Amino acid sequence: MTSVPTNRRTLRWQQATVLSTRDETPRARTFRLALPAAMPHLAGQYYVLRLTAPDGYTAQRSYSVASAPDASGEIELTVEKLDDGEVSEFLHDIVVPGDELEVRGPIGGFFAWAGDTPALLVGGGSGVVPLMAMLRAARREGRPELVRLLVSARTPADLYYADELPGPESTVIWTRAAPPGTARPVGRITAADVAPLVRGGEDVYVCGTPAFADAATAALEEAGVPVARIRVERFGPSG
Amino acid sequence: MAGITRGFTGRRQARDPRLPPGQYDARDDWPVLHAEATPRIGTDRWTFTVEGLVERETTWTWREIHALPPSRYAGDIHCVTTWSKLGMTFDGVSVDLLLDAAGVLPTATHVVAVSHTGYTTNLPLADVTGGKAWVVWDADGQPLTTEHGGPARMIVPHLYFWKSAKWVSGLRLLDHDEQGFWERNGYHDRGDPWTEQRYQGD
Repeated sequence: MTSVPTNRRTLRWQQATVLSTRDETPRARTFRLALPAAMPHLAGQYYVLRLTAPDGYTAQRSYSVASAPDASGEIELTVEKLDDGEVSEFLHDIVVPGDELEVRGPIGGFFAWAGDTPALLVGGGSGVVPLMAMLRAARREGRPELVRLLVSARTPADLYYADELPGPESTVIWTRAAPPGTARPVGRITAADVAPLVRGGEDVYVCGTPAFADAATAALEEAGVPVARIRVERFGPSG
Repeated sequence: MAGITRGFTGRRQARDPRLPPGQYDARDDWPVLHAEATPRIGTDRWTFTVEGLVERETTWTWREIHALPPSRYAGDIHCVTTWSKLGMTFDGVSVDLLLDAAGVLPTATHVVAVSHTGYTTNLPLADVTGGKAWVVWDADGQPLTTEHGGPARMIVPHLYFWKSAKWVSGLRLLDHDEQGFWERNGYHDRGDPWTEQRYQGD
């Protein structure tokens, strides 16, 4: 399994400016940031964000880049508001356009997609964020057929990027409540969900909670995907 | 001070002195973070091998390693993703014992811990000797679950926890440093949580 080394020059902290915010769901908000020293990222990479109190106390968390790589010098991070999340609650409740936030990145070569090989993307809940960057990158490059995206969401109100995500490349399955007329019964991901999407030979990117990641990898293995082709990013409860 | 975030005060509430900077207490949670599919490794085919710059390459089966004198770590663990767990116990054997059995050559300076999944992580030899590293199969008195690296994992608890290879299959002794999986992906070669050695260059 290959991975892309993180560029060491990218790991300096910089002061990003919040340009705009956008609610994806009642609990997920996207922050568009302007970076003074932007480095090109690969879809799937993330930034670390650090908050500093006047007395020097800091809290930092990692957030995947949701936007496709481009030359704008801007990135979008989508942040899920977690209960008692020291950082995510601050970002949701306090941060407004014009604020500055300290970030460094892009980081993470293992889960990055270089954009030129077939990829199957399987995301649960907020795990769709790095995969959305991959879908956006494929569409931007005019090669949407390279990616197939399967998203698992609890209910229609919980689906991130609901206006932009649908298309011939994407499939959504529902675990708690589905829109009227959905044929598939609600429930967690199974081999029957992923089997029609497997082409053979592609790299597979799985992102979500540990429970989702294990269910998804089990479904993929049952559908015949070699385990060595599966890359997994597990989101922990880190606030 | 540069870098103060407008409106941020944080939630310190009597910070435990056992927490390194930038870490929070995960309390009853034990988050699971690894980059590969969770493997299922039966104890019937589990082995642990010390190889490389040693006098005699040595392999233990599950039964053989359990016949060695036991050793316990009681203390804290710290993940680079900012959670820590305080006051844990891990039971297994000391890495010192395993290295002594194989006979480390004087030229050895570093080790690569290797996992049954192909995961690797690099460590200075001095960080896995002198009572600082274990191969363990019980956590808090219960068999280590698969998601936490069972049947057996390394623990090197004074460093960030990605150095504590899950599903560990052995140690390779080297006369140079050779980056492992996360280290090639930008993480620090040593990973001391008390000086926040999270990424290369920290």
